Amino acid sequence: MIIDILSWVCLVSGGLLGVIGGIGIHRFPDFYSRLHAAGITDTLCAVLILLGLGLQAGLSLDAFKLFLIFVFLFFTSPTASHALANAAMHGGLKPKLNNANDEVKS
Amino acid sequence: MLIAATLAILITMGLALARALMGPTVYDRIAAVNMFGTKTVLLIAVFAFLSGRTDLLDIAIVYALINFIGVVAVLRLVEHGDFHSSGEAVTKSTKVDSE
Repeated sequence: MIIDILSWVCLVSGGLLGVIGGIGIHRFPDFYSRLHAAGITDTLCAVLILLGLGLQAGLSLDAFKLFLIFVFLFFTSPTASHALANAAMHGGLKPKLNNANDEVKS
Repeated sequence: MLIAATLAILITMGLALARALMGPTVYDRIAAVNMFGTKTVLLIAVFAFLSGRTDLLDIAIVYALINFIGVVAVLRLVEHGDFHSSGEAVTKSTKVDSE
C-alpha cells in the first residue's frame, strides 16, 4: 500500500515535471535557456518515472531492465545536452544576455 | 495513475514536437527531438506496465541507445556538414582549415 502510494507520487510528479519542461521549452527566450529546460527535465522526469515504475515492478527482471534504462538515460542525456550546447557555441550562436552591449563581445 | 503519467508524457511530446517544427535555429530543433526521444523511451516503459507486457522494456532500452547515437550523428552532420568516416584525417584537415 505504502509502496503503491510512493510509486504514484513518483509517477505523477515525474509527469508534472515533464509538462513543466515542455512549457519551459516554449516560454524561454533563447536557445541556451530552452536547452536548460529540456536538459534538466530530461534527467529528473525520467528518473522519477522510472523509479515509480520500478517500485511497481518489485524485485524482478523488469526492475533490472528499468535500472538499465535509467543508467543509459542518466549518462547519455547530459552528454547530449553538453554536445548540443558545445555545437551551438562552436557554430556561433551567442547567448542572449540582459545587458547585451558590454558582455557579449568576448 | 499510469494513465495520468501516459497523458503527461504525451502532452510533453506534443509540446516538444511543436518546438521542433517551429524552432528558430537548427539547434532548437535538435534539442526538441532529443527531448522527444527521451519521452518516447519513458512512454514505452509506462505503456509496458500499462498493458502488462513487460517485454516492451527491451525495446525501450534499444530506443534509448538509438536516440543518443542519432542525436550525436545529427549534431556531427550539422557541425561539419558531412559525415566524416575516418576521425584522424578529419582532425588534421579541420586544423589546417582553421589555421
